Amino acid sequence: MPLETNQEKSRRMNVSVGALLARYGIYIAFAFLIGILSLSSNSFLSVRNILNVLRQSSMNGIIAVGMTFVIVTGGIDLSVGSIVALSAVVATSLAHPDGAPLIVPVAVGIGVGILAGFLNGVIISFGSIAPFIVTLGMMTIARGAALVYSGGRPIINLTDAYNSIGGGYLFGVPIPVYLFLGVALLGLFILSFNKFGRHVYAVGGNELAAQVSGLNIKAIKIGVYSLSGMFAGFAGVVLSSRVMTGSPVAGGGYELDAIAAVVIGGTSLSGGIGSIQGTIIGALIIGFMNNGLDLLNVSSYYQQIVKGVIIIAAVLLDSKTKSAK
Amino acid sequence: MDKKNGTLLEMRSITKMFPGVVALDNVSIKVEAGTVHGLIGENGAGKSTLMKVLIGLYHIDGGEILLRGEKVRIGSPKEALAAGISMIHQELNPIPQMTIAENIYIGREPVHGFVGVANRKAMRQSTNKLLAELGLDFDPDTKLKNLNVAETQMVEIMKAVSYNADIIIMDEPSSALSDREIEKLFLLIRRLVAKGTSVIYISHKLDELFSVADTITVLRDGRFVDSRPIAEITKPTLISLMVGREISAIFPKENVEQGEVVLEIEALSLETRVQSVSFSLRKGEILGIAGLMGAGRTELVETIFGLRKATRGTIRIKGKETQIRNAKMAIASGIAFVTEDRKLYGLNLKMSVKANITLSNLAKYCLPGGFVNRKAEKYVAKEQIQRFEIKTHSMNQIVNTLSGGNQQKVVIAKSILTDPNIIILDEPTRGIDVGAKSEIHKLMVRLAKEGKAILMISSELPEIMGMSDRVIVLHEGRVTGEFFRDEFSQERIMACATGHLKGEF
Repeated sequence: MPLETNQEKSRRMNVSVGALLARYGIYIAFAFLIGILSLSSNSFLSVRNILNVLRQSSMNGIIAVGMTFVIVTGGIDLSVGSIVALSAVVATSLAHPDGAPLIVPVAVGIGVGILAGFLNGVIISFGSIAPFIVTLGMMTIARGAALVYSGGRPIINLTDAYNSIGGGYLFGVPIPVYLFLGVALLGLFILSFNKFGRHVYAVGGNELAAQVSGLNIKAIKIGVYSLSGMFAGFAGVVLSSRVMTGSPVAGGGYELDAIAAVVIGGTSLSGGIGSIQGTIIGALIIGFMNNGLDLLNVSSYYQQIVKGVIIIAAVLLDSKTKSAK
Repeated sequence: MDKKNGTLLEMRSITKMFPGVVALDNVSIKVEAGTVHGLIGENGAGKSTLMKVLIGLYHIDGGEILLRGEKVRIGSPKEALAAGISMIHQELNPIPQMTIAENIYIGREPVHGFVGVANRKAMRQSTNKLLAELGLDFDPDTKLKNLNVAETQMVEIMKAVSYNADIIIMDEPSSALSDREIEKLFLLIRRLVAKGTSVIYISHKLDELFSVADTITVLRDGRFVDSRPIAEITKPTLISLMVGREISAIFPKENVEQGEVVLEIEALSLETRVQSVSFSLRKGEILGIAGLMGAGRTELVETIFGLRKATRGTIRIKGKETQIRNAKMAIASGIAFVTEDRKLYGLNLKMSVKANITLSNLAKYCLPGGFVNRKAEKYVAKEQIQRFEIKTHSMNQIVNTLSGGNQQKVVIAKSILTDPNIIILDEPTRGIDVGAKSEIHKLMVRLAKEGKAILMISSELPEIMGMSDRVIVLHEGRVTGEFFRDEFSQERIMACATGHLKGEF
């Protein structure tokens, strides 16, 4: 390693401070939020409330993990909310008391999500159409398919086993929280420790360079949209189980919450930069903020405004710290 | 308008600096009214920079511009237009959905009274007048998307004329034109000149300059070399003026024993951009590909690497005919490609040095299930950083923050890691400083010694001549010359590159 001059050393120190802020700013903001909420409401820091928030955040978190992959490639997936509904109605239709064992509705629900995501990926890769357009189309198609499949009626009367996925507890902790944790770990392993994850960053950072480096761009894109669909499908299963209903109108607007979590978590919409850790924190920030504003008796109308401000502020902060670097 | 006489434009002692580079060093040029002034020089000689100064895209660091004898200050292309100077860029930017008339009058459409609605009739009439004036036969309502490149260029020229431009600059206008279209262009230029307009014609094609220019100015390395009337100049003198520099740099080239032929290209064509190119490359050999901009050098190697689809021809690797349809197949066949534009095609600027180095070959450092073996990856990244002497604080540093030379080394390190037999280097030392250049050159020699076959594109003649065992010269997609090391001369290579001399020596 070459010797550094003092000047270089001091420059490096500056870079480190900027990089530290850029890297940990989101965690600092999260800690700050928790601190403020604990001080302003007595009921906030109770175990019951925290578990409640974690459970509420889990659905958005699961979807946002998949969305992170898509956004790191520089794409977007608007269809996840509708895929949640499609997966929910298909899975619940197989979860009647006289139906198949638990594994069948769960696997089919996830499979429906993978299929929709796979189609997104194939059309984006081979049709060279903007992801925004393709997934916008899929958003409507999947919603329509959910309505057609269910005849527009919610599907009820599900097995207890199925209902326990979203409604059950294990060691006093709601099961969706474990599922969120599992999905997050899976996403983390794939994106940060796996070859596929590295290739996802490569495509998002510079698609042309990735292509010249011998990467199969089409396969990678199909992979990320399939993953996004898979997690959305899984979220559909968890959601329908939690509310004990397969509703064809469920999941409306979920795509925007997922995108918000990803963006608050520091993932760049232009691709190439981002992390699952950030996304998890992003999802938790949204969850705790909603909860805190509820506890403080802020009207849900204002909550929307606050959420919007936080999304913009997070990205603004992110771009400022990055440009300061 | 009568043909005016006298000096229309004078640029005196123009100096333009870019960070770390003097792009124009004390350049002067004098353009007479009603003449075609040819501007010639190698790639990077400063032709385009000089013209961008003239139209106000660049601001000068020294010197002055005189228009019709008066000192002027041109701050923007808009001011240049107002002063009667218009430039037709090499890359045309028309609005394809609009008609010829709309494109010509965009931004200054005649309007109906105070309502502000564009007066299409007036636009059409003025366009028809222009067409008649220039002897062109177009329908003003034709949309630009229905015109070919040559016709689009004519529209651009009409637009320049519509601004009453006294000086029209054409930057390599013939690069996308067929011979017949070039004839038409020349006819139009002669008409413009006859009405007193001056044309500054940038080109590196000698034949064209000799048929259209009245005066030729030669630039080299950002300096003025000579300016003479066409009658007082011959092609050989022009070539020696373009290249006549001392080769001062010392290249670390060593003689390496050459082995068997590893790559054979036979009659490879890519539409009209590469035409029936054949050559072979041996183990341990450095083969230079010389040529001017637009000669098809990059297209040739991109075709070999599978990034473009060849229209004809065969590629044999170690005597075996090989189909290469994409970069992955090329890499699997033992070819590595270090691209010309490292920021666009070579690097992921958002990733670390380590991740960039291992990107092409990550599978080799993975455990079952595709999990990256971080230890193995770190080990190999460290090895490559040391081997190529990449100056970086750590292997986790983001590539964007490295210097150009070190970025280039990262690209080379990445390519070498796939263990290729054939390495293609496209302008390997462009935009990097002298020290780093020399290091890259040493690296090339080392790779040749290791038995790699190297194919190098370079626009710098000294580099091509200093580093290659053999040089092939491309001109308009064809091989126009081949030289061995003892036959190298700047004049001969440039003569082939400009299409002046054809065939073998």
